[in-house]
Amino acid sequence: MASGFREFQASVRRQDGTAIVELSGVMDGSAEQLLNSAYAEATSSPPERLLLNFADVDYINSTGIALIVSILAQARKAHMPLITAGLSEHYQEIFRITRLADFMSIYPDEAAALAAA
Amino acid sequence: MTLNISRWRKKNKTNSDAAVDSQDVVPVAVVEPATQVITVDVDITPTDPLLAYLQSSANPVELARLNMQSPALDELRAAGVTVIVPLVSQGELIGIINLGSRLSEQEFSTDDRKLLNDLSTQAAPAVRVAQLVRQQQIEARDRERMEQELRVARLIQQTLLPKQLPQLPGYNVAAYYQPARQVGGDFYDFHYFDDGRIGLVVGDVTDKGVPAALVMATTRTMLRSAAERLESPGAVLERVNELLVEDIPPKMFVTCLYALLDPKTGRLQFANAGHDLPYVRTADGVYEMRATGMPLGLLGGMGYEEREITLNPGDTVLFYSDGIAEAHSPTGDMFGFPRMHALMEAYSAEDQLVQFVLDQLGEFTGPGWEQEDDVTMVTLEVLRKALVGVHSDDPAWTVLAEFDVPSEVGNERIAMNRVAEVAAETSLTADRLERLKTAVAEATMNAMEHGNKYRADVPVRVRVCQSADVLSVTITDHGGGQFVREAETPDIDAKLAGLQSPRGWGLFLIQNMVDELNVTSDDLHHTVELIMNL
Repeated sequence: MASGFREFQASVRRQDGTAIVELSGVMDGSAEQLLNSAYAEATSSPPERLLLNFADVDYINSTGIALIVSILAQARKAHMPLITAGLSEHYQEIFRITRLADFMSIYPDEAAALAAA
Repeated sequence: MTLNISRWRKKNKTNSDAAVDSQDVVPVAVVEPATQVITVDVDITPTDPLLAYLQSSANPVELARLNMQSPALDELRAAGVTVIVPLVSQGELIGIINLGSRLSEQEFSTDDRKLLNDLSTQAAPAVRVAQLVRQQQIEARDRERMEQELRVARLIQQTLLPKQLPQLPGYNVAAYYQPARQVGGDFYDFHYFDDGRIGLVVGDVTDKGVPAALVMATTRTMLRSAAERLESPGAVLERVNELLVEDIPPKMFVTCLYALLDPKTGRLQFANAGHDLPYVRTADGVYEMRATGMPLGLLGGMGYEEREITLNPGDTVLFYSDGIAEAHSPTGDMFGFPRMHALMEAYSAEDQLVQFVLDQLGEFTGPGWEQEDDVTMVTLEVLRKALVGVHSDDPAWTVLAEFDVPSEVGNERIAMNRVAEVAAETSLTADRLERLKTAVAEATMNAMEHGNKYRADVPVRVRVCQSADVLSVTITDHGGGQFVREAETPDIDAKLAGLQSPRGWGLFLIQNMVDELNVTSDDLHHTVELIMNL
């Protein structure tokens, strides 16, 4: 690990009808397995919606974007709304440029995302 | 008894025994004790009626009984031949046995005839096999000789093409040469002058193989020596024409474009000896660079029109050979100049022009295309901003950082953080710094993965430079000599529908993060320059 970066972690919580996946650390190719397990866990009993919380994420690279695209594709197949919270201004911009934002609502934080649900 | 096999020329040379030709038939003499052998050397022309008669006759033919207008028959009779035994194999007349009178001066008996018949039945296939073996040996030798010639031609061409591309600050020069199987006479060359100017040559010798390669070698040398002494492209071509006219084999000539670039001013002087017109793409559109002149080596006393243009940042020139425009599609259409023109308009600044042309050509010709002629390209691109990182001795620029990162997974973040540290000291705003960080990380990942194949001992070099109004980050890997294929534009709809891989965002991100992206390759390195305006 390059200095100042934390390994990727993902944990799942549930609140009302929302499955919240809390992400942290570096989202690159190394995140694939944990992210997929977290998605499987969150959808094992299907929630009304899935919230990806990026508040604690330090870095997302193009491979990380690809992982998010894969998760989004799965969620859409299952007709499950996917929403996000906690993206920095910079990564919000990247979500707009890549048009991920067209398919996932972006909320500033978890509270705002849950309130909108 | 006298025996021999006459020789004749066959009319139809297209079938399998085409080689049964006057030169190819081995005269065969069957000699018995107490016989006398005379070689009767008779050429039977393809139209001689005797041929048709012998072809249809299954038995020995007594000449005394023949009544036809045949020069060959007259000659044979004159030579003392009385009986001809046709040798027929698989319905083809492949030879004849000529017999004179018996030494006993008696008539040929029924037994004699039977013997001759048996002899011809057995000899014909044997002679046929001998002919075929010989024919195949000749063909194999021809093929071997042709292959050898092609190897020599290829060697000459490749030895004489420049090993290195000009390294010009502010310019990106690329070259491509792919010989056809038959090896045409394409060539390109660069001349370096003490005052910094560069001569660019693209030429094509008519004809193929070794003769073309030799004329190419000669022309290349003549151009080099003429360019040493003469100032202008027109004068150089004029001089080389005079020299070539004396020496060049008949029916051969050389088309050639000679351009002289002053990198400091962008001034490009050029003259053209009948070569395909280069294209230049400027902010105003795509133009052909026209200058008139006859091909080299056709006629003495020729003058060559000289023109000049001034290249500006962002302009691109394509010099090429007719192997591109004259390539054919599977349905027989020619690629043609309108497509060349359209292609110059279509390619985007992020594309490598050479690769773009090859891709378009590949799409047009389809898979499995056997290249009809050599394909040669030289591209000259004026970068919008100089690849400044490479030229740190320029007083207008300050090197803020220069370091190597080993090509190991995750190390793009080391590069990103170190660039961020020094870039934070400039006037770059916080949001634009984030953009630059993403671009640096993605470019470094590409360099480690595609250029250096994640070999930890092969580092990626990163250099950060600043001028009055620009921050430049160059990222260099060891993937030189190859054109990195531009990724298709990622399409989220296609990705979500499973029609495109979820990956492939790297280059797209870089392009969207920075103000300008320059890409350059030499034989050893591939460099990406990220520019942020300050």
